[in-house]
Amino acid sequence: MEFVLFILFAGMTLTGAILMVALHNLVRAVLAMILGFVGLAGLYLLLEAEFLAAIQVLIYVGAVAILVLFAVMLTQRVSDPNAPVNNNQAWLGFTVALGFFGMLSAVFAPLKWPSLPEQSVSTVENLGKQLIGPYAVPFEAASVVLLVALLGAIILARE
Amino acid sequence: MDILKLIYDPFGSIGEGLRGLLTQLLVQSLGLPDWTVTLIMLIAGAGFLVAVATVTMMFLTWLERKVIARMQDRLGPNRAGLYGILQPVADMVKLFTKEDITPSGADRVIYNLSPMLVVLPSLLVFAVVPFANHVIISDLSIGFLYIVAIGSTSTIALLMGGWGSNNKYALLGGMRAVAQFVSYEIPQVLSVVGVLLLTGSLSLGRIVYAQNYVWFAAFQPVAFIIFLLASVSEANRTPFDLPEAESEIIAGYHVEYSGIKFALYFLAEYINTFAISVFATTIFLGGWQGPYLPGWGALLPDWLWFLLKSYAVVFVMIWMRGTLPRLRIDQLMNLAWKALVPLALVNLLLTGVGLSVMQVFGWKLNDFTVFPSLAVFLVLNVLMGAGFLAVFKPAHLPKRKVVLVSRSRAFEVTTTFTGR
Repeated sequence: MEFVLFILFAGMTLTGAILMVALHNLVRAVLAMILGFVGLAGLYLLLEAEFLAAIQVLIYVGAVAILVLFAVMLTQRVSDPNAPVNNNQAWLGFTVALGFFGMLSAVFAPLKWPSLPEQSVSTVENLGKQLIGPYAVPFEAASVVLLVALLGAIILARE
Repeated sequence: MDILKLIYDPFGSIGEGLRGLLTQLLVQSLGLPDWTVTLIMLIAGAGFLVAVATVTMMFLTWLERKVIARMQDRLGPNRAGLYGILQPVADMVKLFTKEDITPSGADRVIYNLSPMLVVLPSLLVFAVVPFANHVIISDLSIGFLYIVAIGSTSTIALLMGGWGSNNKYALLGGMRAVAQFVSYEIPQVLSVVGVLLLTGSLSLGRIVYAQNYVWFAAFQPVAFIIFLLASVSEANRTPFDLPEAESEIIAGYHVEYSGIKFALYFLAEYINTFAISVFATTIFLGGWQGPYLPGWGALLPDWLWFLLKSYAVVFVMIWMRGTLPRLRIDQLMNLAWKALVPLALVNLLLTGVGLSVMQVFGWKLNDFTVFPSLAVFLVLNVLMGAGFLAVFKPAHLPKRKVVLVSRSRAFEVTTTFTGR
């Protein structure tokens, strides 16, 4: 059962990713990207990271993808079939991606993942305690960075 | 006795019966593994939900037309069936037999995919709602977050419909829908965070149990109002129906859709309306629990309490539609960003203050110490409301000047006012 679901979600993610770089129509490419995001959220669910899955859908599907769609709709030649999909660095990019994949596999394959005890506490509660406990400073730093980005966006929009 | 059980717990009795039957049939006779039964039960639950949603939507269209008609001193539908109750059936038959049109310049894949996707999130959110005691498809520990996440995906379907139709009005409607949704999502979520702080859980089941004594609408009246306004806006209902404004952009993103595809948009919209009232009921109005009064607990079955409260909220929304005019886009954005978001943030802060008071005295939600805490929260909410009114001073808002003049002087006055 779990394996079938894994194949399903992994297939969704890969199909979305491949379609995203292969499609000529930019809006369709973004929609394919959304398919990939949803597949990724499904994979998180399989790993019992419910919180991460919900956040993945909320942030990436509900916010980032919408933003990208907006930006894409304002570009020229959105649905031009003659628009080039690749530039002359496509093979270089493919090689780098393949090398990165190989590196990650080499690092992660020999690792033995520790399994948590069966009765794990609510992930949200745990996450909250970690964020105001040991990880308070990085959390606050991230919020300051976001605040600065927000202010910057407002100033840019005003000019 | 059995009949009484069937009335008070219909889902439980039917579910038990079905599970017993399936176990006998599949596991004992055919030797299939146990999870097939669970799988079939889940599929049956989902099918039941879809059927209930469709019937609810048909009933809601009738209810809305009837109530609005009464508010406007009309009769409303009264030809098909008793009090026009069969009108939605006639409407559905009409929609199903209409010609299916695809505009010539449309992106066919996106255009046809959008009506299917628009219904999906509206139905998915019901998975975590407790309809009665123990009647919940899946009591996720992240229940509320799940609702927010799934709900946020519905904008993509709307934008797809607006873009795929290749119609400028549809695109404008889609863009408006997204802008409005993104703005109102913030006060909606922030207003519920206060409740989440009080409960200490994101699970809707536990939120309902925490309202055993007092509903959260009494604890957080300001948050309840913010939640209701923001939710009505997210469902694109009047007075926040700018994405579908008929008089401005000829009904927005679904302008090119006809027949069954239009019916799907319609379905999604009414299910969203019902979903909002269900969430308001679950989070703020005590869910399936009756009001706390001695001997009232078993007066009505759980699911009837739930339906009564939900339809009361639905009635409020119809009432708003019957009485309020549509906002302008700048008023809409001002309301979200300058009024609701700050108010929700202040509410969050004051909830923290109230919670600290509760912790200092050791007051809890699930015994009689809930009443002093309620008093603290009411005082805080009154302060917040008064502060809000002091800052925003509704009396000082710009108003239209009305000047009464005699007919003979009308021309002269008009020219001086307009400067022409």
